[in-house]
Amino acid sequence: MRRWALGALGAGVLAWPWVAPRYFVFLASLILVNAVVAIGLNLLSGYTNQLSFGHAGFLAIGAYAAALLTIHAPAIPVVVTLLLGGAITAVVGLAFGVPCLRLGGLYLSMATLAFGFVVAEVILNLDALTRGADGLRVPAGRIAGWALSTDTARYYLAAAVTAVLVAGAVNLTRTRVGRAFLAIRESEVAAQASGVSLAAYRTAAFGVSAFYTGVAGGLFAFVVGYLSPDAFDVFLSVDFVVMIILGGLGSVPGSIMGAAVVTVLHDWLAAFQNFRPLIFGAILIACMLFMPGGMARALRPLGRR
Amino acid sequence: MALVSVEDLSIVFGGLAALSGVTLEVDEGEIFALIGPNGAGKTTVFNVLSGLYRPSAGRIAYAGEDLLRLAPHEIARRGVGRTFQNTEVFRQLSALDNVLIGEHARLRSGVWSGALALPWVRREEAAARQRALGLLGRLGLGEAAGVEAGSLPLGSQKRLEIARALASEPRLLLLDEPAGGLNPTETRALMAVICSLRDELGLTIMVVEHDMDLVMSISDRIAVLDYGRKIAEGKPREIAADPVVIEAYLGRDEGGA
Repeated sequence: MRRWALGALGAGVLAWPWVAPRYFVFLASLILVNAVVAIGLNLLSGYTNQLSFGHAGFLAIGAYAAALLTIHAPAIPVVVTLLLGGAITAVVGLAFGVPCLRLGGLYLSMATLAFGFVVAEVILNLDALTRGADGLRVPAGRIAGWALSTDTARYYLAAAVTAVLVAGAVNLTRTRVGRAFLAIRESEVAAQASGVSLAAYRTAAFGVSAFYTGVAGGLFAFVVGYLSPDAFDVFLSVDFVVMIILGGLGSVPGSIMGAAVVTVLHDWLAAFQNFRPLIFGAILIACMLFMPGGMARALRPLGRR
Repeated sequence: MALVSVEDLSIVFGGLAALSGVTLEVDEGEIFALIGPNGAGKTTVFNVLSGLYRPSAGRIAYAGEDLLRLAPHEIARRGVGRTFQNTEVFRQLSALDNVLIGEHARLRSGVWSGALALPWVRREEAAARQRALGLLGRLGLGEAAGVEAGSLPLGSQKRLEIARALASEPRLLLLDEPAGGLNPTETRALMAVICSLRDELGLTIMVVEHDMDLVMSISDRIAVLDYGRKIAEGKPREIAADPVVIEAYLGRDEGGA
């Protein structure tokens, strides 16, 4: 049953560009990008209970890193560019996570919120490098001399990278490190009594989360093709939080579902820009009241059959 | 030779002395009980031993090492396992995952090797799972492996904590009120388990417990705390007959005041 479902999903992802109109190929790429961010955020917030309202900042770092690498070093294959973008973001994440170890709960969330603002300001003011508010056009990534210049090519890149990162997250959460993350969320004293170092694993969660979000940022840069600091505002960070709460804290499949629903809703609601916070706020409240554990928990009985 | 020696331990919380000048020695392979009225400081001793509290004064040597220099997770890694008075199971995780987390210090996989699920990680996980299932079986929780820990009855949660502590292969096991909330049948089964841990696995066990039947029948030695001071120490029979202990439990004669 599980294998069948996964196989059908894989076939659907592969066939999508051949059955869907061009715009929906682009939309699917965005879902994939957001899914990677949601998984990264979930590893931090859903697994170790460190809620971040600054992931748009990490996304921006990955996006600008990948864009600038492509502009200044076009010979680098796109996959390496994405990895470098993820690595740079991970270093920033670790550097940010270490001093934040002393902060708990609300104070940590406030620090991440501030981090998001700082990143946007830095991008705005480093205009010699980032072209500031004018925005940055991202050239097509290259892989083995072949430019990824169509929506379909970029979609397949996003799908391949997402597949690898999803597999990595599933493996990680099922082994020792993922369990240590969950242990910290569930009981700090019992985690320590089991030999889990709070400092080491909280920091590791920041690094892994930032890596995922940085790679997603690179994908975002290639998929959208244009970067400007106002795309990475605090509302985007809140959207990511909505994705993981709606999808399910502490669940990789839930992260993907949450990312898909929120991305599609955004697209549907494009004509009602002013009502977006209202609708998303209502979804968040309804989800917390009626579906704690998110879609992942609500759908679990189906998976058992 | 003593595995644990606590010397002149004092700890003050907001001006109140929770422990003052407590000295204890626990030998390897011993079952050592800490008893005393509520608020006597029994759990505080455990919290200092496992590194959660820093004492105001005193020394603790464990296996020849200064325990007070170590962080809680380092103490756990050196073989001090514990359970908690008001159970601290990982409520939203399965019983099996609870015990697997107990194996944390024994396992090696990290972020990269885990994410890539390298062949040796798969083997390590499979072996860890087998061990965890074995421990659940030993504590009578074989059927509960897939059950969310928070939904287990209290008695099962208490046993799950013991299984989780055992998973780290401890040398010293601290059991904080293991029989609290258990019925007499469950308590008898628990006593057998505790004795088997010492007899078969060679563990040194310190136990805080209010159930006097349990304490008297399994302990090799007992220390009695009252208002943060040690008022008596000895074999169960000596403690049961000690007038100072009886006074602490039944109350002081205040007729003259």
